[in-house]
Amino acid sequence: MTTSCPECAADVSFADRPQLSEVVECGDCHSELEVMTLDPLNLVLAPQVEEDWGE
Amino acid sequence: MTVRAPLALLASRVRHEERRLIAALERHGASYEQVDTRTLHSGTGDLRWPVVLVREIGSVRARYAAWTLEAEGSRVLNSAQAIEVCGDKWRTSVALKAAGVTTPRTASAMTPEATLAALDELGYPAVLKPVMGSWGRLVTKLESRAQAATILEYVAALNGPQAHLGYVQEFVASHDRNIRVIVVGGEALGASYQVNPGWRTNMAWGARCFRCELTPDLAKLAVSAAEAVGAELAGVDIIEDPAGRRFVIEVNAGVEFTGFDQAHDDVDVADRIVEYTLAAVVDAC
Repeated sequence: MTTSCPECAADVSFADRPQLSEVVECGDCHSELEVMTLDPLNLVLAPQVEEDWGE
Repeated sequence: MTVRAPLALLASRVRHEERRLIAALERHGASYEQVDTRTLHSGTGDLRWPVVLVREIGSVRARYAAWTLEAEGSRVLNSAQAIEVCGDKWRTSVALKAAGVTTPRTASAMTPEATLAALDELGYPAVLKPVMGSWGRLVTKLESRAQAATILEYVAALNGPQAHLGYVQEFVASHDRNIRVIVVGGEALGASYQVNPGWRTNMAWGARCFRCELTPDLAKLAVSAAEAVGAELAGVDIIEDPAGRRFVIEVNAGVEFTGFDQAHDDVDVADRIVEYTLAAVVDAC
């Protein structure tokens, strides 16, 4: 499954079925992208890491 | 009221762990709803899932969501109390000490001045950690009193009373590695070494993972630590000094297991978490 990067318009491909809220990296511009909707497949720039994230 | 699935997977960011959990839920044919924590709001009486598996990456959202969903009647994994305690090193230390779990010598102090006084008793090198912090951020190794005084001067200049709390531990030389034990429902599933050439061994700092033998003593220590903080699903971090003595340094309620997965091909953490969660669904429904 392929869609375009909202930052640089390059193709972004998924080897497995994408999941809502999944974060992927654009192979061209290296932006972190979040899957916002599945049908249609829509990516947005992922939020920046916040200070309370993680274990 | 909207009819809900019996299980909600609560996450705002789907990482390796959440993908593995979703795959396991689907393998088990589970009826579940993936809920983006960022969309939650209470007050409408419409937040009722019998069981909620919290995989929220942000500790503030995880904590408030867990408290709210429990108040609405959900069985929340981990519980709000466990998320609260695990997210606070001060409270974790209190809980571990009360349960007799071995930890490095630790001091908690109300002000930067009191922290410096506590360090005089602990000695150097020591480690200063934010009371609420993650991925090893801002954790600082203090080599001397002069260095500590300077850093605590910076701490005193931070805004807010929370930032002024001091949490310091003796530095335990641990061969640049710590041990991560995954505990699910009171059972230790396995252990891995997190190794980083440097003294911070968090995966977020680039640590690599290798399999570690899960001895009965190691399993017992990890399970005791998870029980002490009330965490049914836990990543227990343990360091080992050159003499082989082991100390629990923290218990993670939102356990990340990418590194553990890399080190094990015979333990499916996601599957075990899902099995445990689905048993809770059967109990709750």
